[in-house]
Amino acid sequence: MKALLETVIRGLGNGSVYALLALGFVIIYKATRVISFAQPALMLAGAVAVSYLAEVTGFYAAVLLAGLLIAGVALAVERVAIRPMVGRPVFVVAIITLGVDIVVRVVVNAFIGRDVRQVGDPWGFDQVALGPLVVQQRWLAMLAVTAVLVALLFAFFRYTRYGLAMRAAAFDQETALAQGVSVGMVFALSWGLAGFLAAVAGTFVGTGQGIEQGTWVIALKALPAIIVGGLDSLGGAVAGGLVVGVVESLFQSYQGEYAPWLGQNFAVVTPYVVMLVVLLVRPYGLFGTREVERV
Amino acid sequence: MRGRPLLHTSYAQDMALLDTPAKRVSTGLLVLLALGLSVVLADRSLEVLAGAYVLAIGAIGLNIVTGYAGQVSLGHAFFVAIGAYTAAALSGPTGQDVIGYGVAEIWIWLPAAGLVAAAAGVLVAPLATRLRGLYLAIVTLGLVFLGEHVLKEWKALTGGPGVGREAAVPQLLGYRLDQDGPLGTREQVLYLLMLVLLVAFAVAARNLARSRVGRAFAAIRDRDIAAAVMGVPLTRYKVLAFGISSFYAGCAGGLLYSVSGYVEPGSFSLLMSVQFIAMVLIGGVATVSGAIAGALFISLLQPLTRALPSLLPVISADTTQTPNVFQVETVLYGLLIVLFLVFEPRGLFGLWVRARNYWKSWPFSY
Repeated sequence: MKALLETVIRGLGNGSVYALLALGFVIIYKATRVISFAQPALMLAGAVAVSYLAEVTGFYAAVLLAGLLIAGVALAVERVAIRPMVGRPVFVVAIITLGVDIVVRVVVNAFIGRDVRQVGDPWGFDQVALGPLVVQQRWLAMLAVTAVLVALLFAFFRYTRYGLAMRAAAFDQETALAQGVSVGMVFALSWGLAGFLAAVAGTFVGTGQGIEQGTWVIALKALPAIIVGGLDSLGGAVAGGLVVGVVESLFQSYQGEYAPWLGQNFAVVTPYVVMLVVLLVRPYGLFGTREVERV
Repeated sequence: MRGRPLLHTSYAQDMALLDTPAKRVSTGLLVLLALGLSVVLADRSLEVLAGAYVLAIGAIGLNIVTGYAGQVSLGHAFFVAIGAYTAAALSGPTGQDVIGYGVAEIWIWLPAAGLVAAAAGVLVAPLATRLRGLYLAIVTLGLVFLGEHVLKEWKALTGGPGVGREAAVPQLLGYRLDQDGPLGTREQVLYLLMLVLLVAFAVAARNLARSRVGRAFAAIRDRDIAAAVMGVPLTRYKVLAFGISSFYAGCAGGLLYSVSGYVEPGSFSLLMSVQFIAMVLIGGVATVSGAIAGALFISLLQPLTRALPSLLPVISADTTQTPNVFQVETVLYGLLIVLFLVFEPRGLFGLWVRARNYWKSWPFSY
């Protein structure tokens, strides 16, 4: 039981990283109706930026600075490659983000080199006793930071003018435009927010084991998370991220013992299995809105 | 009436495979040119081109499901993998540590590779009929990751990561096509084989596109609910689109490695899917000639970038240095996708149409 709870907490920690990334995907999707395949590159870029900045400013300031930096990069990408494509089929724009992802990632890889870069986090693999449970500090830090960021985001959407504008644009772009909402600003804001969240998520991925060129693949696990939650649901993104994280962690701990025939490292692909199972039952995810079909 | 261009007096004429004399002549010349290359070019270049032709078969397949039928698939590499391993297992030697049945005849393993991949495509299709657009794209992306996992673990079939196994042996009626022989050198024979197969697959795809099935695909792509209202059975045609596309992918997979003679489970990654997408988009969506042009373009990009270090000393051929050729190559993929989609969404085919229209209306270009 103790081991099980510790596994769940580790899963929640990892899941909160997926949740942050998934929020980025969903925010962009709601504003622009496009899935940004550039998130993995932005995540990696954020982690690399922290690994360089932390040596100068210390970890906490580095995370903030890197977040702003990556938000800037995301804004630039949106302005250069996405804004000219307004009104074109969503699939075309999605593939453009795939191209952007490849380009940004190669540039970032040049900064990583062949070795593993440490993000200079204060936790490392340190453990802390939580009652009878012994868990790594970084899982708790991830959970706490994600909780705070999610609360801030929901407050932002609920109580600020810009949040209202974003909700309006997500609901109906043309009507929002007619009511005086600057949809261009909404596009930019969504990419900026997604970039910031990706950078924070990237930092957390890098805590402990560090980051290398292949780390970007982790960001793709947020895709099953948003499908499980539903593409257009912010709450679904958080729930999906946590579910995917916990399932992955459970498989990591117990699959070798109970189902060895699935092969080593099966845990890595469990998010996709979860996604397929959920989609077979609910094609729009657990919290997604069903599309109204009409000609 | 004779001799007036584009004057069609019957429906059959309108729907002909090559409807103008210019198309008939240029297609014939292109095929002749391609045949002639087998004598003129060096073996190394022929090998690259043979690989490009096989990729073109795969790209035509992706174009059928994504270009014609409008079902976005990021999982093409998964079906290519199924074809490659079916072919390798069928033609592989018996009694080794990897599965092999010793059937090296190409007319057996090639259709088999296609059919097994098509069966996998048909299995996936029920999901596709429930899902739309980006949901489908992400699910097919998941297929690639699940496929990669299976290939890495199923060592009896794939040889395992880093080890791999021998690819399918192309043998036709007892004649080994991957050895020097009376018909020419190994590269020349393989080149001709791939060329013949590419032409066959391309003609089949063109015919499919202008048939009843092709029209149903186009209707589904343009608006699937409207198509359903008009009486197109959505499920049947989406399953068919995935099946045919996967058949092409499987055949391409079986052939792809008979040039190099070696399959490795790590090859069938997301990158391969993205490359196929790039071929279709850069070449031209929903055109067979575009898919071929795109495949040639992407495959020839690699030898061209490999030549860069000798021209630009800034770019290193050494992977440990920055910037190196591999980075330049990858950046080019990304940039080309972005640039083509922003500036010429119809791809290379669109560039050709523009050039053609300029000369058609010359000197009255307005």
